Amino acid sequence: MPEPLLEVKDLTVHFETEDGLVQAVDGISYSVERGKTLGIVGESGSGKSVSSMTVMGLTRAGNARISGSITFDGRDLLSASDADMRTVRGGDIAMIFQDPLSSLHPFYKIGDQLIEAHRSHNAVSKAKARDRAVEMLGLVGLPDPRRRIDSYPHEFSGGMRQRVMIAMALINDPKLLIADEPTTALDVTVQAQILDLIQKLQTELDTAVVMITHDLGVVAEVTEEIAVMYAGRIVEYGKSDTIFAAPEHPYTWGLLKSIPRLDTPRDQELVPIFGRPPSLINKPSGCSFHPRCPYVREAHKKVDPALEPTGGADPSHKVACLLPAETRRSLWAGLRTGDTPDEVLQEVEIPANKLSPSAEGQTGEEVAGQ
Amino acid sequence: MAAYIVRRLLWTVLLLLVITAVTFLIFYVLPSGDPAKLRAGRSPSPETLAAIRNQLGLDKPLYQQYGEYVWNIVRHFDFGNSYTNNQEVRTLVFSRLPNTIFLVLGAATIWFLSGVVIGTVSAVARGSFWDRLLMGGALVAISAPVYWMGLVSLYLFSDDIGKFKLLPGSGAYQSAHGLIDKGHALILPWLVLAAAFAAIYARLLRSNLLETLSEDYIRTARAKGLSERRVVLRHGLRSAITPIVTVLGLDIGILMGGAILTETVFNIDGVGRLAFDAIQRGDLATIQGTTVVLAFGVAIMSLVVDILYAFLDPRVRY
Ligand SMILES: Nc1ncnc2c1ncn2[C@@H]1O[C@H](COP(=O)(O)OP(=O)(O)OP(=O)(O)O)[C@@H](O)[C@H]1O
Ligand code: SF4
Ligand SMILES: [Mg+2]
Repeated sequence: MPEPLLEVKDLTVHFETEDGLVQAVDGISYSVERGKTLGIVGESGSGKSVSSMTVMGLTRAGNARISGSITFDGRDLLSASDADMRTVRGGDIAMIFQDPLSSLHPFYKIGDQLIEAHRSHNAVSKAKARDRAVEMLGLVGLPDPRRRIDSYPHEFSGGMRQRVMIAMALINDPKLLIADEPTTALDVTVQAQILDLIQKLQTELDTAVVMITHDLGVVAEVTEEIAVMYAGRIVEYGKSDTIFAAPEHPYTWGLLKSIPRLDTPRDQELVPIFGRPPSLINKPSGCSFHPRCPYVREAHKKVDPALEPTGGADPSHKVACLLPAETRRSLWAGLRTGDTPDEVLQEVEIPANKLSPSAEGQTGEEVAGQ
Repeated sequence: MAAYIVRRLLWTVLLLLVITAVTFLIFYVLPSGDPAKLRAGRSPSPETLAAIRNQLGLDKPLYQQYGEYVWNIVRHFDFGNSYTNNQEVRTLVFSRLPNTIFLVLGAATIWFLSGVVIGTVSAVARGSFWDRLLMGGALVAISAPVYWMGLVSLYLFSDDIGKFKLLPGSGAYQSAHGLIDKGHALILPWLVLAAAFAAIYARLLRSNLLETLSEDYIRTARAKGLSERRVVLRHGLRSAITPIVTVLGLDIGILMGGAILTETVFNIDGVGRLAFDAIQRGDLATIQGTTVVLAFGVAIMSLVVDILYAFLDPRVRY
């Protein structure tokens, strides 16, 4: 197997605040191969942005406590000096953000902002950098780039601004592009255009992409692999197809049921996930999803599930849920045909305190003793 | 833009008319301010009063008086004569104005630059020892009365009565000749006048910059790999300083009506002292003259600021 471009291992990012320790990212591992796309999906506050900002070295200052390892292109980024990280940021790794209006400086022409991005990583003349900026603006589909380069951000529509952000991010030929909810602030039709553009450029320029979103629908067609995050952890990981066809985590089921899809029966209602995301200061005991999970058993409130291979057809497929694999599959089988959680619970019997095999090994006595 | 400026100029003219009308009403019509009574001495006979009224044109209808009054201002910038020292108010004001301008512009330069530097350092090092020291000092500078600060600085640093004879003291400006000497004599007044403003500006800039530094586009600047210095100065300060330019313009405009306390403590013949003396002597024409200069200063500077703002913030279009 080739060495991945980005490898994150056991990354933990905690923030010390007056209210207590915010466990924003709590031991996540993932990797991205060259030219490939990983989707990171999860509700607001699940730690998606914090983990990516940490890859960029942008959470370093202040109250953050970071551990684990981040290896990019053979280099350890967590121990890299601030000066080294500056050359990585905007050079090898670029990032675009949710709101393209507030992400561009309102007082500078877009051309100047692109030129600055190029010249801070390349010793080239202003004229050369300007040519490069025009080229990039053309590449992202900005009409008449030679003239529009001297416009200010507020003179563009939201979609065009995001194109400008993409041009700026790609101006130094990064190996990795982190797109943090790049379409959330845009109209639905524009969303699709921006996703298409990212995908097109990624193939043309052979850039790897980490696509962050809270909307599984967004990543469906764009990504090869998906990591589902909940409360600072990855709770399910696998190939995109697997996540859509054979998801095994109740939270992923909830996400899938809450988006409109083509392959679900028409009359099926969209069901939002019940409850609210947990506090990251006092996380729920055991499985952090248990207060919101329809399938919770007593033992799940005590035992913290690890992310483990499902043993299914996709060898990369992993899940962090204490239900036995067969039970998970029967539950999903019911859910995918349109049953509500209550309905499937009537059909599928959940073994009272039987845990998935590995968890049982770790905590067998405790559970049996109840 | 041109249309906007014309519109603003018309508004400014209207504003000045209103201000002259108000000062006119206050000073000529209110009983306490009857100029005839003021001129006629103690318990005048009705005939004397009538004669003076006639001489000053006070027996004409009000609108006619006001019309003449405004017309004289428009044509010659003429406010009439100062009753107390029988000089033209216009001459008085124009001879004092350069001193005030010199004092105010020098001080404004000092307070703007030091306010920006202190505010930036404080914001970047927020929560640190330096931040607390600078902001604590700013609080002291804001709370200290200018009059007191002026006297203390004279007592400490002036080269006549001071403990450390470092700088020219009170009255030195009036006896100095040439720009350099006058500037030298103004160092102490500049610092005293600038202190409180610098402190206010520093606090304002600090909070503006802190707010700006949490903006999304600052995150973008960092994500581009720019140095922290460039992020703060070129991206952060550029936004944080813009509203402060507005405040600066208006402060300068207001001070064109005189920095009364500083001018008094340091014995500088500026518009402020002229106004102060005029108020003490009940010299109405002079009070009016200085009030209108103040109004002019504010009106013109607010116009300048608005135009400047359009250049500083490209989103602003008139
Ligand atoms: N500097 C910080 N200090 C304290 N807490 C922080 C800090 N930065 C982020 N957090 C907290 O970390 C948690 C995770 O935030 P993050 O921005 O990664 O969420 P997200 O998954 O990106 O959500 P969203 O969809 O809203 O962008 C949040 O609860 C946030 O309040
Ligand atoms: S471990 Fe239990 S509570 Fe957690 S997701 Fe699985 S079924 Fe739900
Ligand atoms: Mg986020």
